[in-house]
Amino acid sequence: MTVRDDVQLDLSYDSVVRRFAPVIGLETHVELGTVSKMFCGCSTEFGAEPNTHTCPVCLGLPGALPVVNAKAIEYTIRIGLALNCSIAEWCRFARKNYFYPDMPKNFQISQYDEPLCVDGHLDVVVEGQTYRVGIERVHMEEDTGKNTHVGGATGRIHGAEYSLVDFNRAGIPLIEIVTKPVEGTGPLAPEVAKAYVTELRDILRSLGVSDVKMEQGSLRCDVNTSLSPIGVSEWGTRTETKNVNSLRSVERAVRSEIIRQAAILDRGGKIKQETRHFQETTGETRSGRSKEEATDYRYFPEPDLVPVAPARDWVAEIRASLPELPAARRTRLKSELGLSTEDLQQMVNAGVVEAVGETVQAGASATEARNWWMGYLAEQANSREVEPTSLPITPAQVARVILLVADGKLSTALARQAVDGVLQTGKDVDAIVAERGLAVVSDTSELTRAADEAIAANPDVADKVRGGKVAAVGALVGAVMKATRGQADAPAVRQILLQQLGVSE
Amino acid sequence: MTQLHELDAASTAAAIASGEVSAIEVTQAHLDRITAVDGDVRAFLHVDTEGALAAANAVDEQRSAGAALGPLAGVPLAMKDVVVTKGLPTTSGSKILEGWVPPYDATVTRRVLDAGIVMLGKTNMDEFAMGSSTENSAYHPTHNPWDLSRVPGGSSGGSAAAVAAFEAPLSIGTDTGGSIRQPAAVTGIVGHKPTYGAVSRYGLIAFSSSLDQAGPFGRTVLDAALLHEVIAGPDPLDSTSIPQPGPDVVAAARQGARGDLAGVRVGVVRELTGAGGGYQQGVLDCFRAAVDTLAGLGAEIVEVSCPNFDYALAAYYLIAPSECSSNLARFDGVRYGLRVGDDGSHSLEEVMSLTREQGFGAEVKRRIMIGTYALSSGYYDAYYGQAQKVRTLIARDFAAAFTAVDVLVSPTSPFVAFGIGERVADPMAMYVNDLCTLPASLAGTPAISVPCGLSDETGPALPVGLQIMAPAMADDRCYRVGAAFEAAYTAANGFILKQISQLGAVR
Repeated sequence: MTVRDDVQLDLSYDSVVRRFAPVIGLETHVELGTVSKMFCGCSTEFGAEPNTHTCPVCLGLPGALPVVNAKAIEYTIRIGLALNCSIAEWCRFARKNYFYPDMPKNFQISQYDEPLCVDGHLDVVVEGQTYRVGIERVHMEEDTGKNTHVGGATGRIHGAEYSLVDFNRAGIPLIEIVTKPVEGTGPLAPEVAKAYVTELRDILRSLGVSDVKMEQGSLRCDVNTSLSPIGVSEWGTRTETKNVNSLRSVERAVRSEIIRQAAILDRGGKIKQETRHFQETTGETRSGRSKEEATDYRYFPEPDLVPVAPARDWVAEIRASLPELPAARRTRLKSELGLSTEDLQQMVNAGVVEAVGETVQAGASATEARNWWMGYLAEQANSREVEPTSLPITPAQVARVILLVADGKLSTALARQAVDGVLQTGKDVDAIVAERGLAVVSDTSELTRAADEAIAANPDVADKVRGGKVAAVGALVGAVMKATRGQADAPAVRQILLQQLGVSE
Repeated sequence: MTQLHELDAASTAAAIASGEVSAIEVTQAHLDRITAVDGDVRAFLHVDTEGALAAANAVDEQRSAGAALGPLAGVPLAMKDVVVTKGLPTTSGSKILEGWVPPYDATVTRRVLDAGIVMLGKTNMDEFAMGSSTENSAYHPTHNPWDLSRVPGGSSGGSAAAVAAFEAPLSIGTDTGGSIRQPAAVTGIVGHKPTYGAVSRYGLIAFSSSLDQAGPFGRTVLDAALLHEVIAGPDPLDSTSIPQPGPDVVAAARQGARGDLAGVRVGVVRELTGAGGGYQQGVLDCFRAAVDTLAGLGAEIVEVSCPNFDYALAAYYLIAPSECSSNLARFDGVRYGLRVGDDGSHSLEEVMSLTREQGFGAEVKRRIMIGTYALSSGYYDAYYGQAQKVRTLIARDFAAAFTAVDVLVSPTSPFVAFGIGERVADPMAMYVNDLCTLPASLAGTPAISVPCGLSDETGPALPVGLQIMAPAMADDRCYRVGAAFEAAYTAANGFILKQISQLGAVR
């Protein structure tokens, strides 16, 4: 298409994607949930006192040598297999050389041209359409330490008064999952990007290889975006957006980058190949360092480590031990729970399929599990601006609440209080119920006494009900519920009140 | 009576085990010897008098308690300063690590201490093991006990000189391109570079990871074998450590000492016998006499050709600097050691840069720059990649040769010890010291240097070394042939170190 100067171009998203085709690519870093670090025996536990999980190896002291954590290799192979990759028969680590004070050795042990897993794919469904995202590679590396820059306005190293380095994170096993360029998504590029990261996260979670907490940085995502005018097969120059720290941000980052690039291209400008940083507050991306002045990392094979050559029968063993993956589980849940395609899609969109499945597995009914995760829990998540599955409550705990309701031990209102308690304190359901004295009052005589008191205290209302306005009984129910501090079963209270008033429905 | 510091390690251990002498007496004798001569030799960077006496005392107490002692218990040892020692300063001969006290022990250190060996201190070396004369030490040069105006070789010059000067019967060196063998040759002692992976590298401050290997120095082949046995063996802390135990080198040394080499096929490497010049005549004469001695012991002598050995020097000076440029990146003043320019006026990058500028010596900087260049994008294939291919070719030359012979022999170095200051201005003149030792380094195969005569070509009579090379994990062959040669040589000429004319005291 040609750009005309005399036309005010429309930079709304809908207009942009009518004129440009986006190509996206994603690089995802995942901290593996191994007990010890990639190359030494130090703990990987999050949140310890700074520099307490360190040793000569992860501090890069003179003379110290790395030794590969076999569990990390196994986890990486699990991931590779789940993403339909080929597992290399022989691969090596490489050194990526650059100076930075969060890297104790001033090189990072990574993989370069010989990754452990290559050439896989992951299918994601968006608006009923399946998109196959090609996986270029899955490789292993070590995480760096964490710098805190003190003083200065930006929190960055420039302008800081001093910097603190915590090496607890240094050497934590990290894998990088790199997609091939994803074409053909059209306007749905942001949704496909989000769906990919969501699906990847769910797979990683079901594999048990990582706690995949984006907010703690155990899942980090860089998004590459480029645009080419519709009808032009050549790809445009891409940018890499970092600091994309939630699923919602993945979608927002792609969307805003598409609009930003379109604005430049519309004016006849050129996209600069660069790293950009996503701004959570504005939803926009901001220029970081330019790729043109990219450092030469002087990669070479890591001479301190022997090559990794996973035996074929070991790989076969790992393949056989893979759990049911989310896609298969969805298909199974759909039929087992009797869900319609729309129901399932709604649950997928809400990101609660896994949670519902696990809640059912823990003994809850499918309908109740779905209602809780799509209803009250979704509301709570929404008000806290997190994903429902990031709420501090487990499917097992939700199932326990559902069972208590089914057994008549909690009313719906009490069940919500119990859930609130878990969310606030992190304690278990039964502990909350016991502590707060949450229990349905099912003693009929007690309820009858409370009903009589409510009738006596509200003669006008009682008369109205007796006079045929049955709906007015609600006020009396409310009074009884209040008197019993919400612990009565509302339908039962209503029955008793009507009975005492001699009214039938 | 022979003084305690003149005894070899095996005799010292026997005397301690039998109660003839105490470990304390032995240690004190060596500390006294250090006091007497190290002002001239300057083999040590740090002497740990207190620690040594405490370790000796522990051995004596064990003995009185009736505990079984290891074969080298109570024997003193000098440790090259490239090996990390918990609580003892470790500098790798560099200013950049001045004052650093490691919080952990190298596996070699651990094994030495666990064997009841008494560590006297840390020895001088070329900075980060880069050099062949110990003149690249950031602290001071070490002097050759045979002629104090000459170098003791390098980079393990301090360890070699300490043993040759009877300051310790044993020492540990490391060999990347010849740093054990060449100093052993030019100081008239025995030094062995084990098969790559036979001795753990955990706690060796890395120079070139794919080449570095620690090994023993002794005044006899048996002593070297006894120390080899202590330090060798699988180590889970070193991924490149060979997971199987090595051969019995002590038995091999004892077998060799009986002097029979019947049926042993010895290959003389044509490319390492000075056909193209560059070798001192006195060295070649000693080498030829040594080959005749081996023949006299019943060995079958054949000439073999290893054509790719000619490229060893070029390949080595790409691979070692490349790896060192990465290994030495961690010395940046941020976490330990020297820090320069941290006065609030310099940025982080400037502090790193100033620290490295002032902390590293010229040879270290030269190699970091060569290596950085060789690994750069666009040059990698032409330099590092190509050098690795040469390495494969050299390994193939060895493999082919070892189908025809059991061991290969050559001079250890083309030269005897040269004068301090003589070669410092010309890096290439320094690098050719390693001509004969580089092939085994690149192939990861074992090689020993055993004294094989004296040459007075450049002035006073100075020792020449015979290098005996074997296939990987056949270190026992080096010790067997070395011990046989040593026995024959000593029978004919007497113990070589008794001919040291300086420092007096040795009978």
